[in-house]
Amino acid sequence: MLNPISELGYKSLLLVRQLGNMASFATSVCLTIPTPPIRMGPFVRELYKLGVLSLPIICISGLAVGMVLGLQGYHTLIRYGAVQSLGGLVGLSLIRELGPVLGALLLTGRAGSATTAEIGTMVATDQLDGLRMASIDPIHLVITPKALAMFAVMPLLTALFIVCGIWGGYIAGVGLMGCDPGSYMSSVKTSIDFNNDVAGSLVKSVIFGALLSVIATHRGYTSAPTSEGVSAATTSTVVIGSVTVLLSDYLITALWGV
Amino acid sequence: MMSSFLHNEKRLRETFWATVDRVSAAWRPPAPPTIVNSTAHVILDHVRLAYGSRRVFSSLSCDFPPGRISVILGGSGSGKSTILRLIGGLIRPQAGRILVDGEDVTRLSGRGLTIMRRKLGMLFQGGALLDSYNVFDNLALPLREQNRLTQREIIEAVNATLVAVGVTDADELLPGELSGGMLRRVALGRAIIGKPVILLCDEPFSGLDPVAIKLIEKLLVNINRQFGITIILVSHHIPSTLRMAQRVVLLLDDRVVQGSPAELRSGADPDAREFLSEGIEDATTTEKD
Repeated sequence: MLNPISELGYKSLLLVRQLGNMASFATSVCLTIPTPPIRMGPFVRELYKLGVLSLPIICISGLAVGMVLGLQGYHTLIRYGAVQSLGGLVGLSLIRELGPVLGALLLTGRAGSATTAEIGTMVATDQLDGLRMASIDPIHLVITPKALAMFAVMPLLTALFIVCGIWGGYIAGVGLMGCDPGSYMSSVKTSIDFNNDVAGSLVKSVIFGALLSVIATHRGYTSAPTSEGVSAATTSTVVIGSVTVLLSDYLITALWGV
Repeated sequence: MMSSFLHNEKRLRETFWATVDRVSAAWRPPAPPTIVNSTAHVILDHVRLAYGSRRVFSSLSCDFPPGRISVILGGSGSGKSTILRLIGGLIRPQAGRILVDGEDVTRLSGRGLTIMRRKLGMLFQGGALLDSYNVFDNLALPLREQNRLTQREIIEAVNATLVAVGVTDADELLPGELSGGMLRRVALGRAIIGKPVILLCDEPFSGLDPVAIKLIEKLLVNINRQFGITIILVSHHIPSTLRMAQRVVLLLDDRVVQGSPAELRSGADPDAREFLSEGIEDATTTEKD
């Protein structure tokens, strides 16, 4: 009887310690941001790797999700004679919920895992220790540009995902099912409110970006210096990142109604 | 009025820093009194290190003289590379002192450690070069970070170092495009470009052919003779070790044996004699094969 309880206590303590480590790591990253030299070169390289190279997956996924929403929405709305609201349904679903969440999940799988694997490999091959021995702070040189780039690309990729989704809904609803293009676009315009919907979506994507950037870089930085350790860290980034996005999405929606 | 204000401000500042010094001195645990050899460049004094329940060192004491080539020998898993990481402050021991050029590494953190590491250069076993930077940028990086040299001086320093380690026409290559021996030489170049006073080398000969081993060996001896750098080397390659080393620190199961190679080969410790002679026999057999 006592063993499972002590096991639970041990696991809880481990979790608290892990969260504390992560918070301390995030603080170290934040403290290096204003410290000179400002690493514009590495930051722009990371923006390219994490942002530009993620464009195809974001565009294709956004388009596919929008097309599915368009088809499902059409078949549902036609029962109530409200097909003219299809644009609003697709737009609101994407902006308020699916855009930030699916965008974050896709970025976790693509950019988060790549970031963890890259940092983990640097740990395993002593590259970070090599920097320390050369009196260079590896957090300042390697981690901060990656974390900042991930934080910066999240809202941009989310916006792109939403735009592609709305066009996907247009292709399915107007192009395939024969809805009126004017009513689709005017429904998008009239049903979406900037303050409630767009700003809320932006807040969500910024929070998800911050969480994912810390998770991905921290998992890589603390990975065991073996190939198995790097693989475990990469997997845990995807698992922890996805669960964190979904849980925090619920919390943000419940607390602020966005 | 102004002078009174300045006077008070000065007094306040002095009182504040005196209090800070007192508090920090009170919090600092007293240092153990024993020093192995006060003239040595690097001293490990009763160092205890364990990873969880696995004990690496229970009370390791050894020293490395200045301006000499010292080699750490020992069986696999005896903690040879760990000693280098302890000296570099990459690992902290649970107890004991590690004095590097008179400074106790175990008491340094953050900025103090960064400043202390400027005295050190480290050649890692796998090179540890940044794989996304080319050879030139890998060598230029420590100089750029110190922010003391102009771009022209950095280019000159990198080119001179590459020539010194015998690497030419490889500036633009990535570490992944270099051969094992070349990679090791570039890594050696990065380790010495900051003009360290102590060079730590972790298995510089592993995985290299005999020609490359001789080349690295010659480079290390030259660096030691020309610049008087203290070199601390971890190696499994006994023949090179015996050719280069002026001092050997041999990690045995329950103790550490130190001395010159000649002393250890003809000394009273049978385990040390056996370790060195078996190493030579193994190397001779491998070379014949």
